[in-house]
Amino acid sequence: MPMNRDDSASHEAASAPGEQAAPAVPSGPSIKIRARDINVFYGEKQALFDVAIDIAEKSVTSFIGPSGCGKSTFLRCMNRMNDTIPICRVTGSIEMDGEDVNDKSIDPVVLRARVGMVFQKPNPFPKSIYENVAYGPRIHGLATGKDELDAIVESSLRRAGLWDEVSDRLMQPGTGLSGGQQQRLVIARAIAVGPEVILMDEPCSALDPIATAKIEELIDELREQFCIVIVTHSMAQAARVSQRTAFFHMGRLVESGATDEMFTNPRDSRTQDYITGRFG
Amino acid sequence: MTQHTVKAYGDELNHLTAEVARMGGLAEAQVVDSISCIARRDVNLAQNIIAHDDKLDQMQIDIERKAIKLIALRQPVAQDLRRTVAAMKISSNLERCGDLAKNIAKRALVVSEAEPMTPLTRSIERMGHLVTGRLKDVLDAYTSSNVNRAVGVWWRDEEVDEHYNSLFRELLTYMMADPRTITSCAHLLFVAKNLERIGDHATNIAEIIHFELTGEDMITHRPKHSDIEA
Repeated sequence: MPMNRDDSASHEAASAPGEQAAPAVPSGPSIKIRARDINVFYGEKQALFDVAIDIAEKSVTSFIGPSGCGKSTFLRCMNRMNDTIPICRVTGSIEMDGEDVNDKSIDPVVLRARVGMVFQKPNPFPKSIYENVAYGPRIHGLATGKDELDAIVESSLRRAGLWDEVSDRLMQPGTGLSGGQQQRLVIARAIAVGPEVILMDEPCSALDPIATAKIEELIDELREQFCIVIVTHSMAQAARVSQRTAFFHMGRLVESGATDEMFTNPRDSRTQDYITGRFG
Repeated sequence: MTQHTVKAYGDELNHLTAEVARMGGLAEAQVVDSISCIARRDVNLAQNIIAHDDKLDQMQIDIERKAIKLIALRQPVAQDLRRTVAAMKISSNLERCGDLAKNIAKRALVVSEAEPMTPLTRSIERMGHLVTGRLKDVLDAYTSSNVNRAVGVWWRDEEVDEHYNSLFRELLTYMMADPRTITSCAHLLFVAKNLERIGDHATNIAEIIHFELTGEDMITHRPKHSDIEA
């Protein structure tokens, strides 16, 4: 039997008629993404139930929860990756800077440049390191000449913390890099098109601890410029990298709040049981 | 409470709590005995207390090591983290109670050599019962995870303070009346102060239990109108 949404949200809903309330982002950071009433269906099966959340600008929000809880599904709603799945149907609204991402006037290709994505398994194109980064800016027409493109490639690789390791072999294949380097290359590729939001779906699950630490350090630097949302199975990683954490369970957003609060004093017993390893 | 998926982790946490409870029992016994040896001028008991203090010190070190190991190996969060940190903090408060009981026992050895001052040692005994009662209650609150009981102990801090202040005045009166009693009275004054501090440790433990169980600080302001004298 599906569980009810958390009480705090319905309580807030009562105090703000006409609008479904979400666990509020504390005053300070402005809201980049505002999702309301998100329901997702894969054919007959419902994967998400009435998800409502505010995601803050220039900060890291992590989504945690057991496998199949809907966290990746929700992540994929934010740049309409679910459009690519024919049986998938999304209802509700996701606004980025007040604009509905599902609006007919929004070109999903442009949206995905604004909302970049990094996956669990590094997926560089089977091309050179240079081409991996240059591809996006070129097709989006962000550079007018070779010099400008070179500059974008270099700055993107620098911001991804990879430049020093690859500057002397830019024309070699991206697939020849180590797993951690490939993941940073993919992040450089995402940064190159000047996104506003970066979605990461378990970006470190295939990496060793040092490569993981480098990605986490990178995430911490990137949050000064971007809104970052990360799905992770590692509770410790969520605690380390994010300022806010959202816990999903059985397709519902159970609780979201400041990461330090979530890990010292979660409000919902399901969150408590999950993060302390008591599920089942 | 739901069981941990990794059973050994749950067992380690339970073991840590049990060790703190055991240490609490010993600390409480030390304090109770220290009051007896003042009241009954029992030199043997005083020497026993002094000898037993090492045991408490050792238990505190063990609990701290176990908690550090648990943090390193299990990375506890939420209630488990609060429980682990609470175990460490409570054990250090208990260790201090033990030190204060030992100090009372040392003074009992000196006071026992002088003339008995029954009315004063009676007052000390009464204050001692009050303090040990609080210590017992707070340890019961810990073992039964009863936050209301801990809050009850916290609210009763005032009684001990009032007792201490009246005993302070009583001792001053004696010393002024008969300077030959100054040595004993000075020792008894420290005994009273030690008891008052044991009461403070009970209050600290109540606060730690409150945070452990609720994740919230005790924010209510307790009335305090006697921050005076020694």
